[in-house]
Amino acid sequence: MTSTLVDTSLRYRRRKLFSNIMVGAATAAALGMMAILALILGQVFLEGGRYLNLDFFTQRPQPLGQEGGGMANAIVGSLIVLAIAAVLALPVGFFTGIYLSEYASDRFAGFVRFVVETMAGVPSIVVGIFAYVLIVRQTGTFSAIAGGFALAVIMIPIFARAAEEALATVPFSLREGAMALGIPSWRIVLRIVVPTAGPGIVTAAMLALARAGGETAPLIMTALGNRFWHDGLMDPIATLPVQIWTYATGPYDEWHQQAWAGSLVLVGVTVGIIGFVRLVYRGTQFRQL
Amino acid sequence: MTQHDTSTATKEREVSGTSATEHPAVQASSPGQSHVAHVESTAPGSLRVDDLEAYYGSFRAVSPVSMAIEGRKVTAIIGPSGCGKSTFIRCLNRMHETARGAHIRGHIYLDGEDINGPKVDPVVIRRKIGMVFQKPNPFPTMSIYDNVAAGLKINGIKSKERSMDEIVEQALRQAALWDEVKDKLKQAGTALSGGQQQRLCIARALAVEPEVLLMDEPCSALDPIATLAIEDLIRQLAPQVTIVIVTHNMQQASRVSDRTAFFMMNAQRSGELVEYDTTAKVFTNPADKRTDDYVTGRFG
Amino acid sequence: MTVESGQPGLWRRFTAGARNQVSGSAGDVIFRLVALAFTLIILALAGSLVFTVWDGARPSIGEFGFFGFMSTEEWNPVFGEFGARHIILGTLVSSLIAVILAVPVALGIALFITELAPPSLRGPVAFIIDILAAIPSIVYGLWGMMVLVPFIAGNLNDPLIDYLGWTPFFGRPAFGLSLLAAGIILAIMIVPIISAVAREIIYSVPAAQKEGMLALGATRWEVMWKVVLPYARVGIVGAIILGLARAIGETMAVTMVIGNAGYFVANLLAPSATMASLIANEFREAGTSLHVSALIHVGLVLMIVSLIVNIAARLLVWSVATGPSGDRR
Repeated sequence: MTSTLVDTSLRYRRRKLFSNIMVGAATAAALGMMAILALILGQVFLEGGRYLNLDFFTQRPQPLGQEGGGMANAIVGSLIVLAIAAVLALPVGFFTGIYLSEYASDRFAGFVRFVVETMAGVPSIVVGIFAYVLIVRQTGTFSAIAGGFALAVIMIPIFARAAEEALATVPFSLREGAMALGIPSWRIVLRIVVPTAGPGIVTAAMLALARAGGETAPLIMTALGNRFWHDGLMDPIATLPVQIWTYATGPYDEWHQQAWAGSLVLVGVTVGIIGFVRLVYRGTQFRQL
Repeated sequence: MTQHDTSTATKEREVSGTSATEHPAVQASSPGQSHVAHVESTAPGSLRVDDLEAYYGSFRAVSPVSMAIEGRKVTAIIGPSGCGKSTFIRCLNRMHETARGAHIRGHIYLDGEDINGPKVDPVVIRRKIGMVFQKPNPFPTMSIYDNVAAGLKINGIKSKERSMDEIVEQALRQAALWDEVKDKLKQAGTALSGGQQQRLCIARALAVEPEVLLMDEPCSALDPIATLAIEDLIRQLAPQVTIVIVTHNMQQASRVSDRTAFFMMNAQRSGELVEYDTTAKVFTNPADKRTDDYVTGRFG
Repeated sequence: MTVESGQPGLWRRFTAGARNQVSGSAGDVIFRLVALAFTLIILALAGSLVFTVWDGARPSIGEFGFFGFMSTEEWNPVFGEFGARHIILGTLVSSLIAVILAVPVALGIALFITELAPPSLRGPVAFIIDILAAIPSIVYGLWGMMVLVPFIAGNLNDPLIDYLGWTPFFGRPAFGLSLLAAGIILAIMIVPIISAVAREIIYSVPAAQKEGMLALGATRWEVMWKVVLPYARVGIVGAIILGLARAIGETMAVTMVIGNAGYFVANLLAPSATMASLIANEFREAGTSLHVSALIHVGLVLMIVSLIVNIAARLLVWSVATGPSGDRR
């Protein structure tokens, strides 16, 4: 007796085959993309690892034709520009996060969130133009300040939203409890809510810094670049991403090698931080960052 | 078939006691009735469950259940919440296994064939054993017509003589929905009322002409009037398709079903079949004390 | 999308009465005003961003007209002639290639993670895919010019011309630096964005919808194709547009692989330029103030385009994340 529960029709077999093919294709998409990631990271680690040495962190670029040299000035420059960006961006993002999560009316908060998210969607090269017109033009010079300002504009929307989300995870009962003791609300926010959300806020700041640290485009027209150690905050300054760009687009093998080494450092720091944060906060917040 | 012979005498009484007056045709075509479990009905669309256990991971949600579900009859599964009745019914069309870590032991036979057999694809089983869910779940991106035709479009039309339009109309008539929607077949299925949506889902399930229709508390999200309409519908459908309905509503079970199975949670928090008999017997003269307590409303 | 975030304004409502009587202290008022002031700084910053870029573009707008600039082809800094038509086309085509390549892959990944992968693999796969979004674009650019471009030049150009040379889109001159290279690198960069947003949207498809289709005897693919994707379609379109916005504004990676040509031809194997790549490439060397203004004008167009695309995407995704359409689980 042939089973009636086994469908041998051509139509069924075609459907089944097609389903299996498409399921296989989706699986292949996931595997393929992971393979591409492995390829890119593998290449960066391989090439970068080959040329990365202590000089890279301690020397500044050597004139063409001379052996060695590094990107020490660019690394320091990146840190300086990021520090300026942090000083400008973190207070703004922090207090905005507090205002949105603790005080703002729903409508106003919705409006601010919309503006902030739209701001996050502005291409970073346009942010560079903004900083150029506003600061470079006014001061008459490319500078670390201008670069820091540009990165701050990029950091603010990222940090403000993430800080707000971190604050919003603090249970309301904590606020209620303190309220019942008659503590003024601003002290409750600063002494209880913020410390409770502390790790989340610190993480948000790290994420924003990692994002900004990898940015190149806005620095081209603000911090410009410099082959030497910086002279001051109002002067052009070398940064790691711009230095990588200069070297990568140059015609010399030595430069390309330095670009790979620089990329390894950059990837190590940014992917390291962002990956770490995602690993720790998996599936809770910061998914969209 | 000795058991069949011995039970013939009792059969007559049972049938006249439940639904014989309403469904004379069924009476003639299904001689295999019995109040004894394990007896296989010969009406098409009969199910036999042998020592079925359902697991979520290592947790046994249903302890060994054996019962015979008669073809072209209505079987109700009742019991307090958490007694495994939904899990049990989901095993019958292999929906259970789509849950995380879910698996079964034991066997289920549809007209004598093991639905969990090595060569059997759940896709085929689910076409033969349809399902209606607790909350109406019409596909919101499809029109009323396309909702009913959804199963046909993937499975293909079996008989060449009938067009898609005819089958959709027939399914909607079977689900007692045709008159209400015939002028708005192109509208979204989600625009209907809750009761209409549930009947649309029944029409959708009927359109692929299943042998068995499983209903998992189909009225739990509906108002009393819509509930009555569905109950009428169930009675009308019984001659054409085997129906297994899970319900927490005992009046409903007594109104619509020919046979009733009572499930309860045992000490290991696992569902257990306590009693399975004709509906009249379960509700008027149950053999088990726990059934009696439940149907008389002393707990649950 | 994480639109839902705690209890905005709840604290405000809760404390509204109490603040005035118990602790209507100056401290509360000052603290609130300080927080408000910083919030207003963000709004001012956003406003001044738009104004400043427009202001910087004014000389160019005066010279060439806002729309005239966009429809003229000539880009000749030496003679002071500037028109953005070719880079607008380059931007559209490279982004379009990226979206066409990325969407099937991203949706495949999203479906794999949400519907197909064994539960224990879902988190790790999503995590690894997300890492792609963390790589700085300069690194994509370096990899693109060192690895991808030579690969295209050596292994892809000839077969593409052999088999697709009859279409206008694949022909000579064919270098490695090309619209195709830009499209591929952009595709890799936007896959994680599209798949991450699509994943969230697909997670929100009620189980009852999928079971309804399964119970009709549908295969796994039929459930995904006929129920899951249609149910999630609005949000998925939003996710795709979000990816498009990212591709349009992407600068460094594109600059390094597109070849920065001063023209646009429909040949995907030929070099081209995008709005962002032109700005990045010429801004440092722009000699005249009109040249700088023209570049800022390009930036203005780029900003307007990406604002429109971004807002459209946010509204779509947001309407799904909060909207009443369709029943939730």
